[in-house]
Amino acid sequence: MVTLAAADARAHGAPVAAEQEDLPAEGSFSLRDVSVAYGRDRVIEGVSMDIPPHAVTALIGPSGCGKSTLLRCLNRMNDELGNVRVGGHITLDGQDITGKAIDPVDLRMRVGQVFQRPNPFPMTIFDNVVYGPRTQGIRGRDELQALVEESLRSAALWEEVKKSLKKHAFELSGGQQQRLCIARALATKPEVILMDEPASALDPISTQQIEDTIASLKDDVTIVIVTHNMQQAARISDRTAFMLRESLEEPAHLIEVGETRKMFTNPDDARTESYITGRFG
Amino acid sequence: MMTPSRRRKARIAETTARMLLGSMALIVVGIALFVVGYIVYRGAGALDWQFLTDVPRNRGREGGIFPVVIGTVWVVGGTAAFALPVGILAGVYLSEYAPKGFATRAVRLAITNMAGVPSIVYGLFGLAAFVLLAGIGRSILAAALTLACMTLPVVITATEEALRQIPQDLRQASLALGATKFRMIRTVVLPAAAPGIITGSILGLARAAGETAPILFTGAVFQMRRIPDSPLSQFMALPYHIYTQVTSVPEWNPDLVWGTALVLVGGVSLVSVAAATWRAFQRRKIAW
Ligand SMILES: Nc1ncnc2c1ncn2[C@@H]1O[C@H](COP(=O)(O)OP(=O)(O)OP(=O)(O)O)[C@@H](O)[C@H]1O
Ligand SMILES: [Mg+2]
Repeated sequence: MVTLAAADARAHGAPVAAEQEDLPAEGSFSLRDVSVAYGRDRVIEGVSMDIPPHAVTALIGPSGCGKSTLLRCLNRMNDELGNVRVGGHITLDGQDITGKAIDPVDLRMRVGQVFQRPNPFPMTIFDNVVYGPRTQGIRGRDELQALVEESLRSAALWEEVKKSLKKHAFELSGGQQQRLCIARALATKPEVILMDEPASALDPISTQQIEDTIASLKDDVTIVIVTHNMQQAARISDRTAFMLRESLEEPAHLIEVGETRKMFTNPDDARTESYITGRFG
Repeated sequence: MMTPSRRRKARIAETTARMLLGSMALIVVGIALFVVGYIVYRGAGALDWQFLTDVPRNRGREGGIFPVVIGTVWVVGGTAAFALPVGILAGVYLSEYAPKGFATRAVRLAITNMAGVPSIVYGLFGLAAFVLLAGIGRSILAAALTLACMTLPVVITATEEALRQIPQDLRQASLALGATKFRMIRTVVLPAAAPGIITGSILGLARAAGETAPILFTGAVFQMRRIPDSPLSQFMALPYHIYTQVTSVPEWNPDLVWGTALVLVGGVSLVSVAAATWRAFQRRKIAW
């Protein structure tokens, strides 16, 4: 079921990609010398990396090294915090997404986010999923209905809730709520979904379900996921980026980025190896 | 490890604290029950159909309080019509949009001070600003505007407080889906904060319903046979009726005055209880 819906969604997305001449909408980021400062606290500096489309990229690193901060650069959620400065260049499918180059509201329809704690709206399951589409101006009942089914299927929640779409979202379990949040993010047909420790508040079974969902999603969307769980990063990601803030006076840097398999078996940097094998952080 | 004597001391302190706090709570409950009980005890006798539907007769010593009740309903309705939209929108602005700087802090301070201004001063201000300067004359409109000024800080503060309770998570979820800030507020934040805003506002309006001073100079009258028929007519009001009976009517009828007090307290409580019930109902639907 999941794969069927996924293939369908891809077919759906194909004509859109063809319309944009030389810039296919596929969800690849390119970061060049990205830095972030909160007031005078320089948190990240000199991050350059490419995030390939239709793959899972994991951001790992010790607590406070700026993983969430970097993630928020990709959908401009940093704009919502006061007193934050972002430097460098970030492009999405070749298009500049920093500064005044793009309206964050438009960007966020293309780059969805799933948060650490499940945060469904206090509404029905149905209304949660169609929140994004309605924001985009989609009103047709049938169209919304179809989006709800497709998104819930992709998030592996459809079978559990198809009879109770009118139920309040808060009546779902934590794991179900998180999958609802994934479905909600999928309903806007984004190119990318950012996930900030999406399973850290969940039990092992729900975590497993989320991981399965992520695996099935990467055919359709690019996924960037922050995780503290090394096994999880190794299991689900294609590429891994390791960030480290070596002292509080200095901003964090990107230490190493590459194929997950290589990062976990034969990293180039000794610090990566220490972190992955749990020697610090 | 605590020594036995220290543990005994701790237990004595705990028991004493609990008894002290408990007895204070009991005193508060006692006072509340006594006030309400006494009003009911003194006023219940006068409450009958005729009292609620007749006009005051013999300068209020006999008859009913129908125009008085209607006057209060009119003026509180007018107060709500001004104070709620202005107060709620201002509260939303202050809480969601206002830059966090000196100017905003100054505005908040001004609002706090507004809440501390004595009601008689509002009455004087209403007389000067609405009755005379704006030329509205002594009327329901002028009194409602005056009471609205007094109620505004309560509504603004209640709104800000209710909005603060809404988790940041929810706001971020909305923004991350490509909602504009206004859409986020309209579709997520305000609906979730509505119960808090409404109960807070009703408390403010309840206070307005019971105020005498702000309406004293701005439109309330001692005696009026007909029902007020336009926002520009003068009016009788429950608190002012009690006040004039006691201060200006020789041999006033205590039964009717206590009955009036009971109607005022009962009406306000009825609305508050209805709001609280509604809020509890909403809470069950939305619990973080
Ligand atoms: N809104 C903010 N205002 C000021 N400083 C912030 C803010 N958010 C994060 N920081 C600071 O930026 C640094 C990086 O924070 P960030 O949340 O990005 O780290 P993280 O890698 O996601 O950590 P964790 O793994 O614990 O989630 C921290 O030192 C933090 O104190
Ligand atoms: Mg984080």
